[in-house]
Amino acid sequence: MLEPALIAQLRDIVGDTHFRDDPEALIAHSYDGTPMLQAKPDAVVYPANTEQVSAIMKALSTYKVPLISRGSGSNLCGGTVPVEGGVVMVMHRMNQILELDMENLTARVQPGLITADFINHIEALGLFYPPDPSSMRISTIGGNIAECSGGLRGLKYGTTKDYVLGLEAVLASGEIIRTGGKLMKDVAGYDLTKLLVGSEGTLAVITEATLKLIPPPQSKMTMLAMFRDLYGAARTVSAIIEAKIIPATLEFMDNPTIRVVDDFAKLGLPLDMEAILLIEQDGDPETVERDIELIRQICMREQADSVQVAATREEAERLLTARRSAFTALARLRPTTILEDATVPRSKIADMVLRINEIATKYNVTIATFGHAGDGNLHPTATTDARDPEEIHRVEQAFEDIFAAALELGGTITGEHGVGIVKAPYLEWKVGASGISLMKGIKDVFDPDHILNPGKVFAKETRKRVVLQHG
Amino acid sequence: MASKVNTGKKPQINHTNPLAHALLEKLDYDQLTNCMRCGFCLPACPTFRETGVEPESPRGRIALMKAVADGLMEPDDMFRDQMNHCLGCRACEPVCPADVKYGQLIEQARDALEDHPVHSLPVKGMRKLFFKGVFPHRSRLKSLGRTMKFYQQSGLRRVARGSGMMKLFPKHLQDMERILPDATAQGVIEQLGTVYPAKGTPIARVALFRGCIMDVMFAGTNVNTVKLLAEAGFEVVIPPEQVCCGALHAHSGELDLARDLARINVRVFKEMNVDYIVSNAGGCGALLVEYDHLLHEDEAWKEQSAWFASRVVDISKLLVEHGRIPAFRDGASSSSEPVVVTYQDSCHLRNVMRSGTEPRQLISQVANVTFQEMKEADRCCGSAGIYNVTQPEMASQILEHKMENVNATGARYLLTSNPGCLMQMKLGVEKHGCGEAMEVQHLVDFLYERLNHS
Ligand SMILES: Cc1cc2nc3c(=O)[nH]c(=O)nc-3n(C[C@H](O)[C@H](O)[C@H](O)COP(=O)(O)OP(=O)(O)OC[C@H]3O[C@@H](n4cnc5c(N)ncnc54)[C@H](O)[C@@H]3O)c2cc1C
Ligand code: SF4
Ligand code: SF4
Repeated sequence: MLEPALIAQLRDIVGDTHFRDDPEALIAHSYDGTPMLQAKPDAVVYPANTEQVSAIMKALSTYKVPLISRGSGSNLCGGTVPVEGGVVMVMHRMNQILELDMENLTARVQPGLITADFINHIEALGLFYPPDPSSMRISTIGGNIAECSGGLRGLKYGTTKDYVLGLEAVLASGEIIRTGGKLMKDVAGYDLTKLLVGSEGTLAVITEATLKLIPPPQSKMTMLAMFRDLYGAARTVSAIIEAKIIPATLEFMDNPTIRVVDDFAKLGLPLDMEAILLIEQDGDPETVERDIELIRQICMREQADSVQVAATREEAERLLTARRSAFTALARLRPTTILEDATVPRSKIADMVLRINEIATKYNVTIATFGHAGDGNLHPTATTDARDPEEIHRVEQAFEDIFAAALELGGTITGEHGVGIVKAPYLEWKVGASGISLMKGIKDVFDPDHILNPGKVFAKETRKRVVLQHG
Repeated sequence: MASKVNTGKKPQINHTNPLAHALLEKLDYDQLTNCMRCGFCLPACPTFRETGVEPESPRGRIALMKAVADGLMEPDDMFRDQMNHCLGCRACEPVCPADVKYGQLIEQARDALEDHPVHSLPVKGMRKLFFKGVFPHRSRLKSLGRTMKFYQQSGLRRVARGSGMMKLFPKHLQDMERILPDATAQGVIEQLGTVYPAKGTPIARVALFRGCIMDVMFAGTNVNTVKLLAEAGFEVVIPPEQVCCGALHAHSGELDLARDLARINVRVFKEMNVDYIVSNAGGCGALLVEYDHLLHEDEAWKEQSAWFASRVVDISKLLVEHGRIPAFRDGASSSSEPVVVTYQDSCHLRNVMRSGTEPRQLISQVANVTFQEMKEADRCCGSAGIYNVTQPEMASQILEHKMENVNATGARYLLTSNPGCLMQMKLGVEKHGCGEAMEVQHLVDFLYERLNHS
């Protein structure tokens, strides 16, 4: 419960219609895209501008009440679940494109802007903003920045962090800071911009961003290769990069995923394939054609069972269907879908997929894996039922093993979804005790009272790391 | 491969609040669990887009239903309002990766609310009059038609409008009155009989679902539907004993009434032994095509309702997929300028019957027509059954935004495939049209007028 005086202040700042503490509003902001997590906030506010955000933060820091920034609540790590109560701040009203600078090729936007709306807007003007998380039709730019989201184009074009040039943010104290700018080079002090990217709402509230835009590629080609041998597929991925080709998209689906997708979309996929690679290249037409031909030869050399190159855009769309249906097909299998994003060096993809399959068998759970093979970012996806605690427990054990396996192979516990609550107990496995204490030090400087998104990133207790038995 | 198992598992909670108890009983808990809260449905939802707040979204509404069922929240007045704010347009379904049957959930929620009502008096009176008194009874509908026709033709309408009598009614009902078409007591059977032969070798035998509002307010469209079907090679029968589809009842939580009507229709059409059951109203068709689900708890009707549901098809889809599509000539007699036509999707035709492309294909086949796709043509127009009567504010806000997109097309004709949408769009043109004449027509009427009778 918030103190009446604080409620009065908040109402005063945003106006009565943009402050809510009725049961509906609290329930509707008690969850995000993460399965099985729910906690009610004490209130919800919808600020209209940076000044209001700053005033809200000043009020909350006086009362030491937590603040949870929220875009569209599509994250998968519990990032917006108010586990310690407090006020959820929804950024949707701040959704304007403030400036498009055609000379510097930059855009200045507010954080509540929907990613796809932004992309559609600038593409219509002949520009290109590559970070394209699958959730972009709903996710906000602010959420993308706070999670450092990636997408299908990550391999060639990088992720959100590579396109954020500057930020305006409100600190826990209510102070407004500006970092970076319309600058391609800037080494004035520590890089606070990059520090805030991926900070999951625990360091500051992002209220404005300056983003880098680039010219769009002139053409694009799509191909699909199927493999009976998982290692053949993995070697293909490495060989493509070795040949100094960086495809725009290099996606992967394993056998359990192929089966589910085929059952769902009735595509007539051969069910005895161990892997499918979906490859796209973009750029100027000659280079694209040359690259695709080289990639085709590499696939054949690595004993691909079949290689299809799309001659038309419609055909390309058809080839893309399988990969695009992967998540939907899995989501329909059982009531609860748990999508993780363990990431390994790309040379280790085959090993990682085999490990995941072994782990699934060991705990008798269903896990299918698809993902971005080019950058080693895999999505092992468990299909289960939240109402079955015993099965859920086995799924959790399996994921714990999967995180450990990823680290053993030189990888990480999360490639793009963030730590949040879900992976907080495993963060120390990745960054070590000194890493954690350094990060905690940074947190203390930005947010001494720990009112920004408390309970996220840092766990009360780190999980004991199990030594994996495998053979 | 395993397909989704419905466990039917529900939490064991003894709710003291009777409405919460009813909700836990009636809501399909599997569907509630299937929602993974990904939020992919948010951008598709008209009420979320108008308000920008989570409780007004499909994900929010499902979370609210689940919270009440789980005992996290009391079903208060705000909860009730929220359930009624939903248009039932079901734009949230095709975009849902998890295939959550939102339409069923909202019907179940309203069914529970209906058992524990607190309707305001005028709404209650109107609901009772229409749901129990008028729609299920064709004879009464017909006499309503006669009364309205008399009212319209006798000049009483003009007197009523002129004398300011209409001002006694709430504003939105006055608006509605202005766009009501001329009602008739001469339905399609009275005009054409119960069997209408195919032109040429028959491709199939089809039955027309005439609809209750359609046959009173838009009997002409029904007549044109039959003739168009015949022209395209179908023999058409019109079972005289058919009744209202029950859609308005089902969407408003009167599920038992809807089931009664469904059983009658299933029986009547089954006896006709037809290849297809054709609808020309997206709102009706969408319920007809789900009769199997509506009656799924009734073992005795399982097979027959599945027979029925699998044969239901919209006229546009039937024409495109199986018909001998006749040539549609140029409507605008002398001018050589192509006439610009746009199309407003019927939500239920698009999202439930999944016929979004066929109407557009047909329009594009008319000679000398430029089809201008409207921005967000797939968004609900705010009509949504009786929504524009029960939720006038939201409906008029949605309509206003819709009309901005309509006007931007610069179309001469605005076509649609459902009587509710047709009336709503007429209201829109009347209130927010941009001056120049824009004609709102049912797709079938537009096509029929352009039939090239060889
Ligand atoms: C089906 C599905 C597919 C997905 N696919 C991808 C994918 O391909 N790639 C990928 O990277 N992710 C993916 N995600 C995860 C998710 O969509 C992204 O993390 C996205 O960036 C979250 O955006 P949002 O606006 O929903 O943020 P939210 O979920 O609302 O918030 C996410 C985090 O950002 C913080 N935050 C939000 N706004 C601000 C702000 N203005 N200032 C400070 N902190 C803020 C929140 O506190 C929270 O910690 C997917 C999710 C789903 C459900
Ligand atoms: S799209 Fe489906 S699963 Fe996702 S939030 Fe909406 S209803 Fe739930
Ligand atoms: S039926 Fe329409 S109004 Fe209702 S929740 Fe779904 S999209 Fe929104």
